[in-house]
Amino acid sequence: MKRRDFLVGSGAAVGVDLTSLRVAFGAPSTGGAADSRFLLVFLRGGYDCANVVIPASSGFYYESRPTIAVPRPVAADATTALALDTDWALTPILRPSIGALYATGQVAFIPFAGTDDLSRSHFETQDSIELGQPLQGTRDFSSGFLARLNGVLAGGRPIAFTDALPLCLHGRTDVPNISLRNVGKPPFDDRQAQLLQSMYAGNHLAPAVADGLELRATVAREMETEMQEANRGAVTTKGFELEAERVGRLMRDQYRLGFLDVGGWDTHVNEGGAQGTLATNVESLGRGLQVFAQTLGPAWNDTVVVVISEFGRTFRENGNRGTDHGHGSVYWVLGGGIRGGRLAGEQVAVSRSTLLDNRDYPVLNNYRSVLGGLFRRLWSLSPAQLERVFPGAAPADLKLV
Amino acid sequence: MLPRHLPRASKAIGLLLTTSLIVGCATTTSSTSPSTARGATAEETRWLNRITYGVTSQSVAEYRRVGRDGYLDEQLSPGSHPLPPAIAAQIGALELDQLDPAAELLAINAENKRINDLPDPAERDAARKSLNDRGNRLAYEAARRILLEAAYSRDQLREQMVWFWLDHFSVFQYKGNIRWLAADYEARAIRPHALGSFRDLVMATLEHPAMLQYLDNAQNAVGHINENYARELMELHTLGVGSGYSQQDVQQLARVLTGVGLAGPSPPHLKRELEPFYRRQGAMEFNPARHDFGAKVLLGQPLSAQGFAEVEQAVDRLVRSSACAEFISRKLAVYFVADQPPPALVHRLAATFERTDGNIAAVLRELLRSPEFEASLGSKFRDPMHYVVGSIRLAYDARPILNTHPLVNWLNSLGEPLFGRQTPDGYPLVEAGWASSGQMSRRFEIARAIGSGSAGLFEPEDGSSGSNAGFPRLASRLYFEDIEPTLSASTLAALDKATSQQEWNTLLLASPEMNYR
Repeated sequence: MKRRDFLVGSGAAVGVDLTSLRVAFGAPSTGGAADSRFLLVFLRGGYDCANVVIPASSGFYYESRPTIAVPRPVAADATTALALDTDWALTPILRPSIGALYATGQVAFIPFAGTDDLSRSHFETQDSIELGQPLQGTRDFSSGFLARLNGVLAGGRPIAFTDALPLCLHGRTDVPNISLRNVGKPPFDDRQAQLLQSMYAGNHLAPAVADGLELRATVAREMETEMQEANRGAVTTKGFELEAERVGRLMRDQYRLGFLDVGGWDTHVNEGGAQGTLATNVESLGRGLQVFAQTLGPAWNDTVVVVISEFGRTFRENGNRGTDHGHGSVYWVLGGGIRGGRLAGEQVAVSRSTLLDNRDYPVLNNYRSVLGGLFRRLWSLSPAQLERVFPGAAPADLKLV
Repeated sequence: MLPRHLPRASKAIGLLLTTSLIVGCATTTSSTSPSTARGATAEETRWLNRITYGVTSQSVAEYRRVGRDGYLDEQLSPGSHPLPPAIAAQIGALELDQLDPAAELLAINAENKRINDLPDPAERDAARKSLNDRGNRLAYEAARRILLEAAYSRDQLREQMVWFWLDHFSVFQYKGNIRWLAADYEARAIRPHALGSFRDLVMATLEHPAMLQYLDNAQNAVGHINENYARELMELHTLGVGSGYSQQDVQQLARVLTGVGLAGPSPPHLKRELEPFYRRQGAMEFNPARHDFGAKVLLGQPLSAQGFAEVEQAVDRLVRSSACAEFISRKLAVYFVADQPPPALVHRLAATFERTDGNIAAVLRELLRSPEFEASLGSKFRDPMHYVVGSIRLAYDARPILNTHPLVNWLNSLGEPLFGRQTPDGYPLVEAGWASSGQMSRRFEIARAIGSGSAGLFEPEDGSSGSNAGFPRLASRLYFEDIEPTLSASTLAALDKATSQQEWNTLLLASPEMNYR
């Protein structure tokens, strides 16, 4: 039976001394492609980017959102939006988390980002982004772009922190997945695990069965450490922050390619402005990402997080103080070593005349080009390798890493 | 009696039973005549495992009594089979049947208003919590009823179709007041039409307050267009994405649906010429003052009717299109046959769908009698609902459980809770959605929970003391007669190495055969 190597270092067995692992991987990293980590955070539901990264220099924005616009930044008033440059501002609720990272160049935003898929359907667009295939031609639902990226990297060590394996990690090899929201003790000893695996010998589910049993045991050991740390008086976190901390620990110690999704962004009704439904959700996201960065420690310098969503929302608010399905979005790029503190990519002034179909942000930075360009720099991919990840996409070099 | 704690010894007895079974079955050649053997053949067990949530002694006995054709007839025109009295009593004790959604919604609004006006914050929080608790309890009871019927009803095909349509017309309990409406949605919008007319099903969901809230059509009004429901009605409920409709069609259908919303405490004051268009049905209200009476074109043809009749005309047009016949037929084939169903089968089903004007039972009859269905037995991966309900049926057969919380928790942990899909697309119906490594290890834990103890299933929900049930006896006559012949050599070898009955149970429930139907 072919098994994935879960633990860094070859053939680390069940029962490995976690303390030594911790020391080995807590040491400052040497940099370089081999150590690069990548986490994709997918905001499912289409987050309303225009109320998070606000086009504050556009009077049209304030005209279009009479009840939900986030007020303009006021210099020296820390309760207002944070000016990112002369045109853009960050919603005030993100000041302590994402704002702080931006100030030290660890966050960049890519406005007018997204896909050319114009169906404005959550599912259609999420699927097409996760597959990362050209829009023309038939789709292969067994080939997601993160799985293909893993295929061209040596030792990519992928994982999804989700209950079900996301489409972007569907591929030739089984990729482990585990949700870290609630974790308990492993229920099977080694003999029982062997018996369970033996029933699946020769079955195509055999790798998934082996992966699942082993990952479960590994995570249980990690959580033991978490509890010990908590008992020593470490700050206890909860909700998405706790999940992000656990994700951070596994990414720091064992995995190089991660996927995480966060829901609750489909704000058709009563979206709110500087405060409200969207603000509450985005605050929790921001704090979680901050905790993730802290948990990685020195490894944060070799880590890149990209936050995406299937589409932006209508630029004008609707009749229910919410927004409907739109098109262009704003992506976030985070990392200890990135060239951030700026807006990256193609831009256009935000006005009535530049909206797509007189309703949505256009897409000027296609996700396949943006991510392709990023991956190329991150792992020094060859054009042939990049072609396998995003067939037919010309990489855009935004010089983020 | 079979030995209770000695898997090896019980296996020896099983071999004897199995041998006599094989001899007995040798004379049974026609798959449609009643089986003359004591148990079912491996093929018959697999057939029953697909037609039902999972084989039980009762289903085998019934199959032997009436034969395959008779069994299928019963399943396709259900209704004559009462639930076991103990289960019927549990369901009868729920508050659900007395609920009137219209009154419930008005009461919630009034209560929210009262709470917001409370001066004392502590009192406000307590009142809010009590309202919330009631919503949670009602949503749980809705799920409980569905699970009990799925596990114990003899009308197993209908129960699967109830789940299938609940998923197809998915609503999420934590949006709006859906927790208060979920039970009614299942009982009045879905269940009566589960094997009936697809058009009636679409109309029943369209008019139900749960759907009106979930996809925001309650807010859709002339001048305040909300396209959410219109889009999903075409994309997810009837035509399927990429079937030829355009953004223009979405916008037109959204205009058609303007005014279909929730009834207030009293009817609106209307201009005289609008009054004939007003319509109220339960908690649903068609308010002509909120409706866009302008001309509309849908799928290339103008709509001629006005007011709510225009909504019905639009739905007729959607459900009678060949895209809809193809889309629904394919989805049924994915659920009952294969992740990639044979196109020839789908075309035949679609033809039946069109010929019968969307008669669900007729399409299913064609599907379940097809050679493609026969050829696929045992190869469809069980989704969490099938896995959990099938495991309980196998473990406890006809014995009624007293507590449904464990089932609800298992479905939560496997990512397929009832009324718990946040997005309106419903859960995946294919193996790739459920067979990842994390899912498999979760299933094994559930197998252990069921196999090694009573898992809380026999602690009455009213808090009264329950019986100490111990662990289930999976090495039963049902197992030896009907299950063992379907098991592979690797599964049998692993079972043989079990060191306790609990471990043996766990392995059986975790085996590949129990993960497929």
